[in-house]
Amino acid sequence: MTSGLIFACAGVVLFAMGTAGVVLLDHLLRRILAFNLMGSGAFLVLIGLAQRDGMPDPVPQAMVLTGIVVAVAATALALALARRLFALTGGYGLPQSEAKDGND
Amino acid sequence: MKRFAVALLAALFAVALIAALLELPAPAVDLPAAVGAKMAESGIAHPVTAVLLNFRGYDTLLEIGVLLLALIVVLAVAAREEAKQPAVADPVLQTLARIAAPLMLLAAVYLLWAGAFRPGGAFQAGAVLAAAAVLLHLAGLAAAWQKPGKCLRIGLAAGFLVFLAVAAGLLVEGALLQYPPAWAGALILLIEATLTVSLGLILAGLFLFLS
Repeated sequence: MTSGLIFACAGVVLFAMGTAGVVLLDHLLRRILAFNLMGSGAFLVLIGLAQRDGMPDPVPQAMVLTGIVVAVAATALALALARRLFALTGGYGLPQSEAKDGND
Repeated sequence: MKRFAVALLAALFAVALIAALLELPAPAVDLPAAVGAKMAESGIAHPVTAVLLNFRGYDTLLEIGVLLLALIVVLAVAAREEAKQPAVADPVLQTLARIAAPLMLLAAVYLLWAGAFRPGGAFQAGAVLAAAAVLLHLAGLAAAWQKPGKCLRIGLAAGFLVFLAVAAGLLVEGALLQYPPAWAGALILLIEATLTVSLGLILAGLFLFLS
């Protein structure tokens, strides 16, 4: 098992953790962070697989560079929408999870 | 109960994906060799930069478009809330920002230049520029971010517009973003330089308009 494959497997674990986080967490900020973790895992898989044969492949590296910047844009967009939701409703949860919070 | 079930499913998912990764066949297309064969025509000596701005320039054009779109949405959503004045900055922070900002500018220009032949390029340089802009804002030295004026708006859009203009100009040659080999180096440098400025402003804007 080369170091590239180890990176790819770590990326898979990060992706699975992020997926579980998106499903389980109620607070929108945590959900955005979990979504970012999924993205980081996917990038790690691409970068790890790109160098599993020793020689790094420039094409996945360029794709990941593009992907990181798009992920930043998506995160900023999500944060702006979350803030707007907070300004409108006073909470950082989606409507059904807020109803559950109210019962607690 | 739900928590346990989701964790179990995620663990099974990870195990299945890792098993698939370990059984992955060798790639059917030898991309590194394909990139290496065309490097002489790309106008750039570093393969990642060549892929980003020449072979897959279309992706990069759309990417800067996505960034600009995200910034416009952030501006539109944030504009309804009143802008608040930053707290009076610490003089130590101000002195540090005054010393660090020119060095960060220098590092950004170096990274942009290094992108032609070693790891570096417009995105890394833009990130350093954005960090410098955020530092200056936190030190209370860059008042322009309070209310984006015309110059700032032109700077935000310049990277996308120049890239689009080059792409449209090259349509005359036959294909979108297919640089003639003789001009490739100069065109890529022009695109990268404006991309760096715009990326720095957009990334700083995404942070500062949200704060």
